[in-house]
Amino acid sequence: MKSIKTIFLGILFGTILIKSEAVSWFRIQEMFHFESFHMYGIIGSAVATGMISLMVIKKMSLRSLTGEEIKPKAQPLIKYANFFGGILFGFGWALLGACPGPLYGLFGLGYSIIIIPICSAILGVICYALVRDKLPH
Amino acid sequence: MQNLIHFLSDPWPWYVAGPLIGLMIPTLLFVINKDLGISSSFRHMCAMMGLKKISFFDYDWREHVWSLNFVFGIFLSGIIVSLFFPNPEEVNLSENFIAWLQEMGVSDIKGFLPQDIFQWSFLNSPRTLVILIGGGFLIGFGSRYAGGCTSGHAIMGLSQLSIGSLIAVIGFFIGGLIVSWFVLPFILTL
Repeated sequence: MKSIKTIFLGILFGTILIKSEAVSWFRIQEMFHFESFHMYGIIGSAVATGMISLMVIKKMSLRSLTGEEIKPKAQPLIKYANFFGGILFGFGWALLGACPGPLYGLFGLGYSIIIIPICSAILGVICYALVRDKLPH
Repeated sequence: MQNLIHFLSDPWPWYVAGPLIGLMIPTLLFVINKDLGISSSFRHMCAMMGLKKISFFDYDWREHVWSLNFVFGIFLSGIIVSLFFPNPEEVNLSENFIAWLQEMGVSDIKGFLPQDIFQWSFLNSPRTLVILIGGGFLIGFGSRYAGGCTSGHAIMGLSQLSIGSLIAVIGFFIGGLIVSWFVLPFILTL
């Protein structure tokens, strides 16, 4: 039952990413070239809405539908990893013109060739796992 | 009903889509009590494939099965949208940007991905290979090193006012701007 709920939430999120054109290669390149406000508007208003939602949840100590306490895990501060990992991710984001969420959506939209960057991303994670002890964190 | 289908078919403006994306955060918390994030799904797939010899993947992936179900849902959304309410053929781009794309050898602006690059028949072209394999690799490696991607850091992390996420997002844009202005023009004209 929980799996079905989660899959449904994924469909919801994916639909928003597709209908807003956030999955579009053109939109991502356009964003990095400052040719349109579209992606900045999406990210900015998403963060504002998310921030307010989290504040309301915290202030009113709201619980999940099953009555659990809601405690989002804080993203830990790992200075060097956040920064250097972020830059490497940015390289990939602009090179490919898509980030992980949209990759799954594009694959479903019928762009079968997207299986290559998905496999390549998994390979990237494996390589990270192998060298992570040697990287600054 | 006709209006609803019309609304679903047209691309959604940023001021509709952005808040909806932001609302995914409380929705995920209320319904399954999980934090929004996508890129960790790659790691869980590695754990699922049984790469337990590498300590990074030595954990029970079943505890994170929601992440795999969630990205499976995103995949399904692609099928559903393309069957029932597909987007219009072209993204509305500025003249300026279309001219730049043409200069770079990207003339087909239909769909979500330029067909001049993202096609099986172009797998022998260096630019397609570098973009698909290099781009994918950096996304996987970078997101795990940084501890998250656009959803985990830019949307969820910034909403939590996390300093680590802010540093990561600054990194995303430094990296993205460097590649998009100085590297991509070179690769696109390979």
